[in-house]
Amino acid sequence: MSGKPKVAFYWCSSCGGCEETVVDLAEAILDVVAAVEIVFWPVALDFKRKDVEAMPDRSITATFLNGAIRTTEQEEMARLLRSKSELLVAFGSCSHLGGIPGLANLFDRESILKAVYFESASTVNPEGVVPAACHSDNGHTVVLPEFQNTVRTLDQLVDVDYYVPGCPPPPRILRTALQALLGGDLPAKGTVLAPDCALCDECPRKDAKPEKLSIAEFKRPQNLIIDEQMCLLAQGLVCMGPATRSGCEAACIRGNMPCSGCCGPTSRAQDQGAKILSCLAALVESKDDAEIDRVLNTIPDPIGTFYRYGLPGSFLRRKRMNGAQPSK
Amino acid sequence: MRNRQLSRAPVSQAAFEPKIVAFFCNWCTYLAADLAGTSRMKYAPNVRVIRLMCSGRVDPQFVLDAFAQGADGVLIGGCHPGDCHYQEGNYKTLRRYHLLKRVLREMGIEEERFRLEWISAAEADRVRNAINDMVEKVRALGPLQLEAKPENIQEEVTA
Repeated sequence: MSGKPKVAFYWCSSCGGCEETVVDLAEAILDVVAAVEIVFWPVALDFKRKDVEAMPDRSITATFLNGAIRTTEQEEMARLLRSKSELLVAFGSCSHLGGIPGLANLFDRESILKAVYFESASTVNPEGVVPAACHSDNGHTVVLPEFQNTVRTLDQLVDVDYYVPGCPPPPRILRTALQALLGGDLPAKGTVLAPDCALCDECPRKDAKPEKLSIAEFKRPQNLIIDEQMCLLAQGLVCMGPATRSGCEAACIRGNMPCSGCCGPTSRAQDQGAKILSCLAALVESKDDAEIDRVLNTIPDPIGTFYRYGLPGSFLRRKRMNGAQPSK
Repeated sequence: MRNRQLSRAPVSQAAFEPKIVAFFCNWCTYLAADLAGTSRMKYAPNVRVIRLMCSGRVDPQFVLDAFAQGADGVLIGGCHPGDCHYQEGNYKTLRRYHLLKRVLREMGIEEERFRLEWISAAEADRVRNAINDMVEKVRALGPLQLEAKPENIQEEVTA
């Protein structure tokens, strides 16, 4: 065994993009591999759960866990890795704030299973089979992880030391985070390892923002030819920039698309959706109720837009299934 | 001593009393609430009033945070349109209210739990009526139970 710091990577409810970021370190990954010993990384290397169980507590220097918590297996693995790790890092939007899978919190388990196993157009399921946590047949019993009712952020389950934001985290942020953690230069616990200012601050179109913004209609990217220089909010697009942490070097905006908010809020805000809601609503010009509604209704899906990466980590966490139903 | 204990017992099992957090503008609704007090008007004691310099200071985060900390309803009181001490603050509130109401509805939080009222400094009766009406409506809806306590989160997960 070498004396190098031990690092583990794991994924829970996520798409795999965060793992891709690690590989996207490109040549720098060789420095990382040289500097650390990777003790667990199921997506790339052949380790088993029992290998982790055999490790002494807190023997892993840092575990980078991506993905939200949705199944009992993910819950167990997160707890296991927490106990085996000195530092647990929530890696990427899903473990940081819930991410795209977190939008499932607009539904409950029953309606999701119904949609997937019965209602979707491509489903053929004449026997009406749905996943069950335990199934017995001919004296044999098989078990599956249980699909839970609510998606959780990692820190709603276990203690988290640091957060690396982004969907996926930009390689530059990961590199800086790795240097800080492995160099022993540890920031305060709970820190989000990315710059702490709004995206607008590093936006290449910052100077194109008019002195006074006012919006008479919100537009969707597919419905207009987007000017490549002008501030996207000034073009009526819902750009999450004002409510989103920077660090991505405005990658989407450089691609002529509005920020969708993947890096979450800065440390001065707790609820990203509420902040962008506050900002956008205030930009509406009208003072008349009906006209205000007309303008705001040009945002077709406020929750999916404002909380695209952070519903489980928001103040409200999930939809109340027994409460009011949306009027469509 | 014995009597006190006896009288306390039913309180713990008492009927649901809604907790309403009210954000009142310093220049109008807060003064109206003050007037209601000095005029000895009686109204439901379920409201916790927070004084702000303007209804426009109500960050939507405050509303969501109030719900997440156990409020069953949130009431905002601001100046009538055109009367804002800062000219535009109440209009910003109005626009945010419209969008936030929509978000709350889609999150399954009933409309009666979130209310915006324009109340001038002279309208003590409107404070009384708005609070009494809101308390009754929220009481009928029952508790929201949204607090981010571990047991509530666990219940959401295993529900």
